[in-house]
Amino acid sequence: MALENVCNWQAPEALSPHLPGAGDWTIPRGYDPPVFLQTQGPELAHGTTTLAFRFRHGVIAAADTRSSCGSYVACPASQKVIPVHRHLLGTTSGTSADCVTWYRILKRELRLRALREGQLPTVAGAAKLLSTMLYRYRGLGLCVATALCGWDRAGPALFYVYSDGTLLAGDVFSVGSGSPYAYGVLDRGYHYDMTVEEAYTLARQAVAHATHRDAYSGGSVDLYHVKESGWERVSREDACMLYIRLQETGEQGEETTPTSP
Amino acid sequence: MEARYDRAITVFSPDGHLFQVEYAQEAVKKGSTAVGIRGTDIVVLGVEKKSVAKLQDERTVRKICALDDHVCMAFAGLTADARIVVNRARMECQSHKLTVEDPVTVEYITRFIATLKQRYTQSNGRRPFGISALIVGFDDDGIPRLYQTDPSGTYHAWKANAIGRSAKTVREFLEKNYTEDTIATDSEAIKLAIRALLEVVQSGGKNIELAIIRRNQPLKMFSAKEIESQVVDIEKEKEEAEKKKSKKLI
Repeated sequence: MALENVCNWQAPEALSPHLPGAGDWTIPRGYDPPVFLQTQGPELAHGTTTLAFRFRHGVIAAADTRSSCGSYVACPASQKVIPVHRHLLGTTSGTSADCVTWYRILKRELRLRALREGQLPTVAGAAKLLSTMLYRYRGLGLCVATALCGWDRAGPALFYVYSDGTLLAGDVFSVGSGSPYAYGVLDRGYHYDMTVEEAYTLARQAVAHATHRDAYSGGSVDLYHVKESGWERVSREDACMLYIRLQETGEQGEETTPTSP
Repeated sequence: MEARYDRAITVFSPDGHLFQVEYAQEAVKKGSTAVGIRGTDIVVLGVEKKSVAKLQDERTVRKICALDDHVCMAFAGLTADARIVVNRARMECQSHKLTVEDPVTVEYITRFIATLKQRYTQSNGRRPFGISALIVGFDDDGIPRLYQTDPSGTYHAWKANAIGRSAKTVREFLEKNYTEDTIATDSEAIKLAIRALLEVVQSGGKNIELAIIRRNQPLKMFSAKEIESQVVDIEKEKEEAEKKKSKKLI
């Protein structure tokens, strides 16, 4: 089209989101953005334990509530599980500011898509959308490690998205500095056909154990459940009290279990 | 009055017409007929095949195009314009799968094509696409759909429709004959499409091209033989109906 070539006009695509320009962030010439950020930039909040797993009766999302800035606890009661819409939650880890901002952008884009198409995108579609949006800023120091937990037409769905563009589907994910401890507990107790109560206990145990061992995790333990009817906040319990309680019930359980001859 | 307002697409006439768009619709009326029917478990597209010259390879003229595994379209009007629209639609189907992780719905791709056509009615230096399209397919929910777009960029859902030359005649035939019985089974819906085309096509089955999509199955193009056998069945049924009628009179 002759005029298009002359005027440099590009037809707007229905599927691409409006994002701030990636080149707006200025750093001195010759510097690598992540290195510059590490050495000169503000100290960002990192360190957390979040987990999510998919089972027959939905998706469980659990997280601690400690926001740490190096060795300073910036907030002992932060919200690391963010609702996106009625049937979608995200656990956030990495830089708190990045996570919150990108989740707001994701919420906006999903709402626009819902208005255009008459129905919300699937969890896979939402994860793909977040992943492609983050990929545009790859190498610029964003740190978002999140698990999207939702229920759509295909049933319970769980996706892990990282700011380098990784997008993984899976049944069990734990993210953050406390994740190795959480994985230890999760991998022992997880199976797809758990009951809801078993799932709640497993999630609480995993996060509580991670808060016990990881310095950057603590505060309280948030527990959420995404069901067919939508997400529900199950509980928020103090991490130390929870850990003690679980140790006690664990001991009682061992006492009552009959020993094999 | 018309002469002054019909050159530039972006100029309205005093009585509110966009003449270039209306002239594009005239171009569509010159194209060969296409008919689309939405059955209960099947969607059918039939087009009138223009007879090819002796030395021409028949296979290069295709008026029914698959846009994806579950959507296809037929058009009436300028073949070259249609090629561009079909290419853009095919790309959009794959692009949608990549970004949204789901195949397009029939309504989405129809809206895309209609938006594309509308853009060309509101830009300088371009003319509208001279085609109307019939887009059929099944969505994930298993419901069959038929949409029609025209050069102005509007689109509507239909139970059955025809475009191109003699579209009016075919549409009247369909209005009379599209009933619960005639679309009750797949074969009945196919027969209805062929009967509708036979109303306006010269020399019968040779000049008809037919395609169907059944729920959860890919597009199937009918071979000339299959169309011929359908036409023979239709002729037989017609004869029997005539015989019954004449018996009653006697």
